[in-house]
Order: sequence, then C-alpha cells, then structure tokens
Amino acid sequence: MLAKRIIPCLDVRDGKVVKGINFVGIKEVGDPVECAAEYNKQGADEIVFYDITASYEGRGVILDVVREAAKKVFVPLTVGGGITTVDDIREILRAGADKVSVNSQAVKNPQLIKEGADIFGSQCICVGIDAKKIADKRWTVFINGGRVDMKLDLIDWVREIEKLGAGEICLNSMDADGTKEGFDIEMLEAVCNAVTIPVIASGGAGKLADFPEVFEKTGSSAALAASLFHYRELTVDDVKHELKKHNIPVR
Amino acid sequence: MIAIVDYGAGNIFSVKNALDYIGEECKLTSNADEIRAADEVILPGVGAFPKAMQMLGESGLADVIKEQAKVKPFLGICLGMQLIFDKGYEFEETNGLGLIPGAVKKIERVGMSIPHMGWNQLEFNGECPLLAGLNGDEYVYFVHSFAAECDDKDVAAYCDYGGKVTALVYDGKYVYGSQFHPEKSGESGLKILKNFAGLVK
Repeated sequence: MLAKRIIPCLDVRDGKVVKGINFVGIKEVGDPVECAAEYNKQGADEIVFYDITASYEGRGVILDVVREAAKKVFVPLTVGGGITTVDDIREILRAGADKVSVNSQAVKNPQLIKEGADIFGSQCICVGIDAKKIADKRWTVFINGGRVDMKLDLIDWVREIEKLGAGEICLNSMDADGTKEGFDIEMLEAVCNAVTIPVIASGGAGKLADFPEVFEKTGSSAALAASLFHYRELTVDDVKHELKKHNIPVR
Repeated sequence: MIAIVDYGAGNIFSVKNALDYIGEECKLTSNADEIRAADEVILPGVGAFPKAMQMLGESGLADVIKEQAKVKPFLGICLGMQLIFDKGYEFEETNGLGLIPGAVKKIERVGMSIPHMGWNQLEFNGECPLLAGLNGDEYVYFVHSFAAECDDKDVAAYCDYGGKVTALVYDGKYVYGSQFHPEKSGESGLKILKNFAGLVK
C-alpha cells in the first residue's frame, strides 16, 4: 500500500524562501536549498519549490535552486510557478526536478497538460489549482496566484485535467489557505470523488490534528504545507508520528 | 568506478548526484570502452521500452551491456530494470536485453490508479546483497505503469499495490534491477546504492 505523503512547500522569490498569507504580506527568510535539506532530514516525502511571483511577473523558474537541491536531497522534487511551455518543463526536469506543477497556464492552455504528459509521462505533470467556494458545493478556479477568477467550475476542471493525462492534482483552497484552521475537507472530498488520480491537499494546515483529519475524511494521497513547517510550528516528523498513531500508513 | 550508461533517456543526473553524495566515483558515459573499464555498471532510465531498446541497439550499447553484465555487477533502475528482461509490451512487443527471464507488462489492478507512483513498502523475498542493513519494512519511491513478471526465485523484493509488484530482482550472480528509484528513496535508497557500490570492495 502506498504511504500517505507529507510535502513541505517552499515558496521562492528571487532565490529566497518566502511565505505569504493568503498570497499577500510576504516575508523573506532562508535559503531554499538549505531548507530543502532540512525537510529531507525531517522525513519529507517530496519537496515542492514554488516560484511564487513567476507567473505574475513573467520570471523564469529557479533552475539553479533545483540543480543545487538535487545534489543534496534524494526524494522527489517538484517545481511550480511560471511554467508556460513544454520547453519550460524540459528545462526544469533537466535541472533535476522529478515533476512540474502547472497552474495558470494549464487553465489558459489545457493542451500544455496533454503535451507535457505525452512527452515526459503523466508522472511528471502535476496540475496545481487555486479554488474558492462560490456557493454550496460549488467552487471556481482562480489563476495568477489567486488574482483572477476564471469562472471555471472546479469539478469540471479536475475531470478535464485527468482526461488530458495529468498524473496528479495539487488542490489549494483559497478559503482555507493561511487560516490555519484545517484543510478544506468539503472541497477535497468533492475533488477526490471526481477523479482517480492522486490529489494533494493544500491550504489550511495549522495543527497536528489537521493531518489525520484530511486523510481520514478525504481520499487525498498527500498533504502539503508551507508556513507551518517553515516557521517550525511543526516538523514533518511530528506530523508522521501523529499519523502513525491513527494507523495511517506513512514512511 | 561505476559507469552510468547515458543512452539519451531522461533523468540520469539524479543517479549521478546520489552516487556523488555518498562518495562513490562514477561517470556518465555512452562509450563502450569506458563501460568495459568500469568496475560496475548502472543502467538508469525514464521513458518508454521500445525507444530505449532502439537507442541501446543503434548505439551498440545493448551488446556491451549484455557482455559486461556477465562479468561485473550490473544494476538497472526503473526502465533500466525493465530492459533486463526478455520482452517488453509497452506500445508493442519489443525484445529486451534478456539478462533475466521474464516479461514487462502493463500493471492492471482493479481500482488502483496507474502510474503506481509514490512510496511503497518493500517485502523481502530471498537473499540479496543490496538489501544488507535494511530492516525489511522500508518505503522506497516508485513511478511506473509497467512491471516485470518473472520467476519468483529471481525476485529479491516485492511491494503490494493491489497485489504483488516486482520491486527488486537479482539473478544470484551479477545482475540486479530495481523498479523503484533508489536515488529518490531517501536514506534507504542511498543505502541500497552504497551496497551496490560495495559489491566490488
């Protein structure tokens, strides 16, 4: 049986780790390679580098960070932010990443998912989604770091993503993100029920109990958190101990 | 020195990074003489079976590998592991390197998503020097849609994914193959690579 994964996310700007709360009020702290190595030590199952301003300001992705991290960290590495073409994906994978996470551009040009999956394999293509609740059991997809509402129904979108060949979905709840009040169980459950590809829960983790809850109440394969790990409120190891107590399989 | 065979398949740097990190001398190469001169050979690989065999065939590396795997430790990783069997069935029937009898077929398990991707637990199945120092409950990282079907006596470890999946094979002599990625499997994976490097010391 597959272990449930715990994934720390490093939001990176200009080669430095940052963490925003609801995408604003960014603080700058830390070297991403050192942070990744620390998470590796704590038992992270995968590490995500998210170039947080890339898609907004059109910056290139952080290839040097990936190259250096790949020399020290021997768990899968994912890179997201600002990926617009198949060439971007190729460059990131060549730098040593195992997966890319495409977000805004996947909405603007869904064929990017198909082309990426056809060339590099489904396992390389994660589609990141920022979504917000608009009515009972209804959510829409936002792009450009949560700035633009695409009026695209979340459930329609995840079904399309799966059809296009994505290997995984990383679902961030804009309502839960930064609140530390727990994952968005309702939204995650709706998405997990709509697709068979793995879903990574993102946004809202604030305490230990949030992790067993998301795995017990939804079909999520992994849980991602940024500030919680970044500010050492919890370590990855703490989370895994808690999950073991609940008989949830972890590495 | 460990030769890492570079035949145009993706993601070979991570194997080199891992060996560099544990202090084992290695070289990415597509040169037959360098492979012959190496103490051990690793065949990495991400991609599709037919294309990989085509590239190995056209470059003459397939013959070099077949010959060298008889005289020194050889480790195939992921697609590189699948290539060591007789036949692959990805897109079309393709001959493999034939180092261990068996065939590589699509994983078909009811209710299980494909690719089999993530951390899965090893279940040891017989002696294998690469597993020295491991407890037998380690998780390692898998990403694959096809899996080897071969004689149980050649399987050093399985994992469970809606049924048994061949995770590690060993022919009892020089040929090893890991379906998972030791170079992406944290400390356990590095230990396995260390054990492989240690075979010639």
